[in-house]
Amino acid sequence: MKSSITKYILGGAVVAIVAGYAIFNANNGANAGSSGLPSSLPSETSSPTAASSTAVAAPTSGQYKDGNYTGSVADAFYGKVQVAVAIKSGRITNVAFPVYPNNPGHTIQESETQLPVLAQEAIAAQSANVNIVSGATQTSQAFQQSLASALAKAQ
Amino acid sequence: MKETRILMGMPISVEIVDARRGGTTEETRRAATIEATFAHFAHIDETFSTYKDTSEISAINAGRLPRKEWSPEMEVVFALSEETKRATGGYFDIKRPDGTYDPSGLVKGWAIWNAAQLIMKKGFSDFYVDAGGDIQAHGVNGEGDPWSVGIRNPWDIRENVQVIRAAHHEGIATSGTYIRGTHIYDPHTGAAADAIVSLTVIGPNIYEADRFATAAFAMGSDAIRFIGSLPGFEGYMIDAQRTATKTAGWDAYRITDAA
Repeated sequence: MKSSITKYILGGAVVAIVAGYAIFNANNGANAGSSGLPSSLPSETSSPTAASSTAVAAPTSGQYKDGNYTGSVADAFYGKVQVAVAIKSGRITNVAFPVYPNNPGHTIQESETQLPVLAQEAIAAQSANVNIVSGATQTSQAFQQSLASALAKAQ
Repeated sequence: MKETRILMGMPISVEIVDARRGGTTEETRRAATIEATFAHFAHIDETFSTYKDTSEISAINAGRLPRKEWSPEMEVVFALSEETKRATGGYFDIKRPDGTYDPSGLVKGWAIWNAAQLIMKKGFSDFYVDAGGDIQAHGVNGEGDPWSVGIRNPWDIRENVQVIRAAHHEGIATSGTYIRGTHIYDPHTGAAADAIVSLTVIGPNIYEADRFATAAFAMGSDAIRFIGSLPGFEGYMIDAQRTATKTAGWDAYRITDAA
């Protein structure tokens, strides 16, 4: 199973991606847009985004009043989540979490076991500063609910 | 210059730094490029959102749009989806059990990658695009260092459990069960894939990282072995017991915690 997957990747990936991008590039050429993207981009004042039943209205630049706004507390499966947004010059400048799930005091014990190609460790909080965060939390329903209520106050 | 907007149901952030060139003209150019980047995402949303009745994908799913009338972009996404399905042994499939299509698992990474291409074509080299925690970074940050990326703790969203550097234009994508509940299904069994809580993939770009993260997640605990088998990819998988399993080359990206 695994070896067949690898063969597929080595064999098929390049061919299809090249084909796909060729089609996409041909499209760009036809449109001759300076941005390299289809020229039929919608205007900035797009309609609200209905991403789910708890959708957040799509903000465009400059539509909010300046200030800090805190959303309602929403339920995530792992606890309560609350979102706060900072607005400056009508634009969102920061998204923060004033309320976050309690961390149920798990013990951190680095116990690295070497496996042939994989290694294991207990997860542990890192203190290093970061520019960007990778995670799935920002698309959770609880996040969107609280964010929507914070942005509603900023209208 | 950084800006965040809510599009496609998630916060999308674009930051362009340019320490080497300054001035009012440069500032205006950065602002215009960020505006064009958000317009690109808005257009992708209008075309591919399954939540919008007016989108092209909704028209296709409702049987309102014959194939000969599909946009070239839609054809590209379907071709890439078909290729990804083959490359993952069927674990990635945009066809849902009811016969409709949901290409969002591929469109997001593809849209981020195209956004990065757009910014590069405008002549910028130091920037990142972050759409709901999936990231394409390029060049260096405002301090001239490689962009640093935290991997969020699934149980405490203020905490990072890893910090890595993206020094060579890598894409970084995380799939998790905490996205809209359990949202990824094993297409072979129809069962929810719940053996793992979070899977972060570092790939040569965000399109590659995101599609393989999505597919691998559906494999459950085999996910990390699959990622480890791909040349040029590294992964960090967290299971419900709070144990992380990482590929052999992961630690080369890691910024060691000084604490």
